[in-house]
Amino acid sequence: MIAAMTDRRIRVLIAKPGLDGHDRGAKVLARGLRDEGFEVVYTGLRQTPEMIASAALQEDVDVVGLSILSGAHMTLVPRVCRALRDEGLGDVLVTVGGIIPDDDVAALHEAGVDRVFGPGTTIGEVAEYLRSSVRPRETA
Amino acid sequence: MTDGNAGANSGDPGELRSGRGDDPGGGDPPAARTSPRGAHLAERVRAGDRRMLARLLTEIEDRTAVAEAALRVLYPLSGGAHLVGVTGAPGAGKSTLVAALARAVRASGRPAAVLAIDPSSPITGGALLGDRIRMQEHAGDRDVFIRSMASRGHAGGLAAASVDAAAALDAAGFPIVFLETVGAGQSEVEIASIADTTLVVEAPEMGDEVQAIKAGLLEVADIVVVTKGDRPGAGRTAAQLRAMLTVGAADEAEAIRRAEAHGRRRPKRPQVVLVTAPTGDGIRDLLDALDRRAAGRDASAVRPARLARAAAQLDAVLAERLRARLRDAHRRDEIDAVIRAVAEHELDPYAGADRVMALVEGSPSGG
Ligand code: B12
Ligand SMILES: Nc1nc2c(ncn2[C@@H]2O[C@H](COP(=O)(O)OP(=O)(O)OP(=O)(O)O)[C@@H](O)[C@H]2O)c(=O)[nH]1
Ligand SMILES: [Mg+2]
Repeated sequence: MIAAMTDRRIRVLIAKPGLDGHDRGAKVLARGLRDEGFEVVYTGLRQTPEMIASAALQEDVDVVGLSILSGAHMTLVPRVCRALRDEGLGDVLVTVGGIIPDDDVAALHEAGVDRVFGPGTTIGEVAEYLRSSVRPRETA
Repeated sequence: MTDGNAGANSGDPGELRSGRGDDPGGGDPPAARTSPRGAHLAERVRAGDRRMLARLLTEIEDRTAVAEAALRVLYPLSGGAHLVGVTGAPGAGKSTLVAALARAVRASGRPAAVLAIDPSSPITGGALLGDRIRMQEHAGDRDVFIRSMASRGHAGGLAAASVDAAAALDAAGFPIVFLETVGAGQSEVEIASIADTTLVVEAPEMGDEVQAIKAGLLEVADIVVVTKGDRPGAGRTAAQLRAMLTVGAADEAEAIRRAEAHGRRRPKRPQVVLVTAPTGDGIRDLLDALDRRAAGRDASAVRPARLARAAAQLDAVLAERLRARLRDAHRRDEIDAVIRAVAEHELDPYAGADRVMALVEGSPSGG
C-alpha cells in the first residue's frame, strides 16, 4: 500500500565478447533474468574486453555475464577478467555460459570466473545462483 | 509468487537482501546530512572519479541516505549543464539519435553524458535495458558516460531518480546531459517539466496530420526531430509536421496577445528538423540549435523549464518525505485502520486523508 518507491535491485550486464554471432542464448537469458526481477543491461554483439569493462563500470553492475559459443572463451574470458580488474572492478561477480567444455572450467575459475553455466541451464538456476552469490555493497 | 499483485516489492525475487547499512529507511534527513560516505562520494565525483559517479547513481536510484547527503553537496555545484530530453514512440530512433548527438558533442571537444530510461516490468520489477546497444560506438570513451536506468514503476516516461541523476552528472562536469525517456505514447510528457530542452522524435510515416494536432507529445516539443531521413517518406513527414506546427505570423501575434491577456501559457512553436542519425546528416545543425538554446539559458528560452523542474523536484522530495513518515511503524496501525475504514465505505477518502494528515502533523518525524 504505502510502500517504499524502490528497493535495491541486482544489476546484471549480459555481453557477448568477440566475433561470436550466436546471440539467442544471451537474449533468452537477458529476458529470463528480467522476468526474475533483475535489471539487465544488454550490450549486444561484438564487444571487446575493454568495452565490457567500461560498460560494467558506468552501469555499476553487480554481475557480468559473458555468453560465448564460438570456442574462443579461453582467450577472451581472461582478457575480460583482466580488463575488469584494471577498472577496479575485481569485486564484480563474473559468470560465463554457452559452449564451454568441462575441461576448460578449472582454467576459467583460475582466470577469475565465479561460475560457468552450460547448455540446458535453466534461468531459475542462474537466478538462484546470482541471488545467493552477489556480494553486498560497501556501506557507510 | 506474488500472484497478480503487481508492484508488490517486499520479497520480490530481484531484491538484494543485504541492503546498505546506513540507510535508516525512507531517507531520514538528519542521518542523511551526516553520512560520511555521501560526502566522500560527492568529493570523488567532483574530482572526476567515474567509478564513484557510477556508484552514486546507484545510490540515487535506490533513494538512499548516502545519495541524499551527496546531493546536498552537489546540487549547489550543478546547474551548468544543458539538460536535453529526448522522447518519442518506441523504436522511433531516440537512442540512435542520442549516440549521433554525443558523437557531435565529442567532435566539438566536449564530454557528454547520457541517461537512458527503459521500462521496468510492472509484474516482476525486472527490466531489460537495451538503449546502450545503439550507443556502442562510444564504449571505451571515458568522456561519454552512458547510464541505463529502469523506470521502477514511475509513470510519465522517466524514473523517479532521473532528475537527481541528471544533477549528479551535471555536477560531475558534463556540460550536456541527454535524458532518453522510455518509448512514449501521447501522455508521457513529464520530460518537458524536467529538461531544459525537449526533443520529440518522430519516425517517418508513423501517423497522419491528425496525430500532429492531438494534444500530447508534439505539443511539449522545443524541437521536433524527424529521424530515419534515409527512409522513404521522411521528407514528406517533415513537411507535413512543419505545415501543421507552423502558424502564420499574424495568427501567432494574435495567439500571444490573447494568451497573455488571459494569463494562459502560450503554445510552443517547435522547429522541425530532418536527420539521419547513422550517417550524421542534419546532426551538426541540430547540435548548433541546442547550443544556441543553451547560450540563452539564463535569458528567455530555458528559464520556464528550470522553474518547472525545481517545482517538480521539491514536489518529489516532499512526497517522499510524507511517504517516509507514513511508513513509520508508530503510525502504521492507525493508517491501516483508516484504509480499512475507507474500504468499508465507513469513511470517505477525503475524511481518511484528513485523519492521516492529522497523524502526520501531530508528531515530529521519528527516527
Ligand atoms: C542456433 C545455432 C546457430 C545459429 C545462431 C542464431 C543466433 N542468432 O543465435 C546460426 C545458424 C546463425 C549459427 C551459426 C554458426 N554456428 Co552455430 N549453433 C547453433 C546451435 C544449434 C544452437 C545454439 C542456440 O541458439 N541454442 C539455444 C540457446 C538458448 O542456448 P545457449 O546459447 O546454449 O544458451 C543457454 C546456456 O548455454 C546458458 N547460457 C548461454 N550464455 C550464457 C551466459 C551466461 C552468463 C549464463 C549464466 C548462461 C548462459 O543459458 C542459455 C539458456 O539455457 C549450436 C549447437 C548447440 N546445440 O548449442 C550451434 C553451435 C554453437 N554453432 C557452431 C558453429 C561452428 C557455427 C558456425 C561457425 C557455423 C559455420 N561453420 O558457419 C556459425 C557461426 C556464426 C557466428 N557468426 O558466430 C558450433 C560451435 C562449435 C564450438 N564452439 O566449438 C555449435 C556448438 C554447433 C556444433 N556442435 O558444432 N549457429
Ligand atoms: N534506416 C534507419 N534506421 C534507423 C535510423 N535510426 C534508427 N534506426 C533503427 O530504428 C530502430 C530503433 O532505433 P532506436 O534508436 O533503438 O530507437 P528508440 O526510439 O531508442 O527505441 P526504444 O528505446 O526501444 O523506444 C533500430 O533498428 C535502429 O537501427 C535511421 O536514421 N535510419
Ligand atoms: Mg532507445
